[in-house]
Amino acid sequence: MKLHEYQAKQLLARAGIAVPEGRIATTPEEAEEAARTLGGTVVVKAQVLAGGRGKAGGIKVAKTPNEAREHAAAILHMRIKGLLVRKVYVERAAQIAKELYLGITLDRDRRRPVVMLSTVGGMDIEEVAATTPERIARGWPDPVIGLLPYQARALCFEAGVPAEQRSAVVDIAQRLYGVYAKTDAMLIEINPLFIQSDGSVLAGDAKLDIDDNALYRQAELRDWKEVSPDEEVEERARALGFSYVQLDGDVGIIGNGAGLVMSTLDAVKNAGGRAANFLDVGGGAKEAVVKSALEIVLANTRVRCVLINIFGGITRGDEVAKGILSVIAQHPPAVPLVIRLSGTEAEAGRKLLKGAPLESRATMDEAALEAVRLARKAS
Amino acid sequence: MSVLIGRDTRVLVQGLGREGSFHAGRMREYGTKVVAGTKPGAGGTTIDGIPLFDTVAEAVDATGANASIIFVPAPAAMDAMLEAIDSELTVVVCITEGTPVQDMTRVASALERSATTLIGPNCPGVITPGECKIGIMPAENFSPGPVGFVSRSGTLTYEIADALSRAGLGQTTCLGIGGDPVIGLPTPEAVRLLNEDPATEIIVIVGEIGGSAEEHAAEYMRAFGKKPAVAFIAGRSAPPGKRMGHAGAIVSGNQGTAESKVKAFESAGIPVANAPSDIPALVKQALRR
Repeated sequence: MKLHEYQAKQLLARAGIAVPEGRIATTPEEAEEAARTLGGTVVVKAQVLAGGRGKAGGIKVAKTPNEAREHAAAILHMRIKGLLVRKVYVERAAQIAKELYLGITLDRDRRRPVVMLSTVGGMDIEEVAATTPERIARGWPDPVIGLLPYQARALCFEAGVPAEQRSAVVDIAQRLYGVYAKTDAMLIEINPLFIQSDGSVLAGDAKLDIDDNALYRQAELRDWKEVSPDEEVEERARALGFSYVQLDGDVGIIGNGAGLVMSTLDAVKNAGGRAANFLDVGGGAKEAVVKSALEIVLANTRVRCVLINIFGGITRGDEVAKGILSVIAQHPPAVPLVIRLSGTEAEAGRKLLKGAPLESRATMDEAALEAVRLARKAS
Repeated sequence: MSVLIGRDTRVLVQGLGREGSFHAGRMREYGTKVVAGTKPGAGGTTIDGIPLFDTVAEAVDATGANASIIFVPAPAAMDAMLEAIDSELTVVVCITEGTPVQDMTRVASALERSATTLIGPNCPGVITPGECKIGIMPAENFSPGPVGFVSRSGTLTYEIADALSRAGLGQTTCLGIGGDPVIGLPTPEAVRLLNEDPATEIIVIVGEIGGSAEEHAAEYMRAFGKKPAVAFIAGRSAPPGKRMGHAGAIVSGNQGTAESKVKAFESAGIPVANAPSDIPALVKQALRR
């Protein structure tokens, strides 16, 4: 779960990391009022969970409250990478002398957190990592102990942080690590971390992505979740206990197990088609779950055919068949269904489906070929 | 012969709830020696004839258990894994799905100072066909034979084991290691075990997009491989930046893409199957050479 900048900054401020003073606004008038309260030059920033806000015109400097209102009017309701901007954050402008990068994420190979510090801040850090990796200093704290002062100091020396700011940056890095651990973050990032002209250090932007698996113990953050209309279907699927990702093809996919579903997507591609979604019903799906899965896939108007691929382990073929029959009985789908049942109770499932208006195939490859053929015929 | 588990492995079940009891029964039917269960507060009683203990340490003392399988809910999974590691069990299989990543980094830190091999979490477990099963896989899809099999997927493991068995290609040991970003036995380590196992004649490596475990496994085989291998990567058609169910199966930038993994395997001389159904033919071809 990703947090907005203003939410992440609230957590940084709570941990004692300096952030610019700011106010959230949902209308141009509120932005004007916020600018007046803050006084002086402000920055109006789109609050949207996508990178590249500045390049997209979602971040603008305003010298007067009037200007802040105009900028907010332009930014609110614009779309950045397809996401609708519904809030702006109005912040007092910093006196920037230098920009650093500070981030913490998981290093999968070392199975430890990695703390990254660079004096190349403010730009796409992935680009820096790819082209000039030596410009990013890295350290790997033991997750049981946390980030120690010597480790943070070593990063400052390696990255070339100016001596006057060293102790401030060490302090911020340790506090940031504290937020990372406390919030069960997958990623926490301050980019840019400003060194101001008076020498003080200030978090210019903040990114925080929380581990969805840890939300059960992050009650406060869970309540901060803002579901945009674009994500409603994925959210509904998640609430039902399965994962759903919308894609841009026309063959709807339902399967059990992430690896099997990914392979089904691949099989559709091998057959010359394109998947409309990824949907994993998980293990042990019962009739009702299969029914809601089918409803979610069919709600996508691009879908021309649905391919259901179940290899029963914990999941039972007869339960899957009952779910499908129940959808067909209530609202017969307008598009053809292709099913491949194998494993636990698959025979019983196929028996139940006999005579139902759908195509049954013995293998994943055959089912994918048939689904692609039917989707093509329908479009 | 096999790796990690065999006829003499003595298994403790941590978390004998509904799922745990069901699979303990299926494992016993398969011939696995299920010698104990832990259920705090229920020590001294039994479930389906399995003696229960309050702690792992007591269970190990009383029964000589040297492996465990964990079925506790996600919030308790780190605790259960650390308890098993503390009792110095040889093999620990964690079935639990949804363990927070930072919990797993703490478990990984404990593993660095331990001789325990952890499989999972969020995995189907390990099976040495015909001898011992510590997991939840449907046993009928597996059969004894010369193929060592490691997979990051769950259901896909059953699909491929079934295809191998139908083609007359049985398995020494199948390691379902789980698809989470941090796991106890990563692909390269699992491949090393199978490479060192004299009974394993060929290794089947099933990976997924995300991370660089497959790339490292390919490097290992290129340098130390004693036998042929065949690979498959799930998620070749997945668009970048999308999380595909498994917390592990996410691609960002150029890292962990299917292309990178396929290239790594091919440059190590390991053929990569286009579809799971192509694997048995590739295995037969590699064995003939």
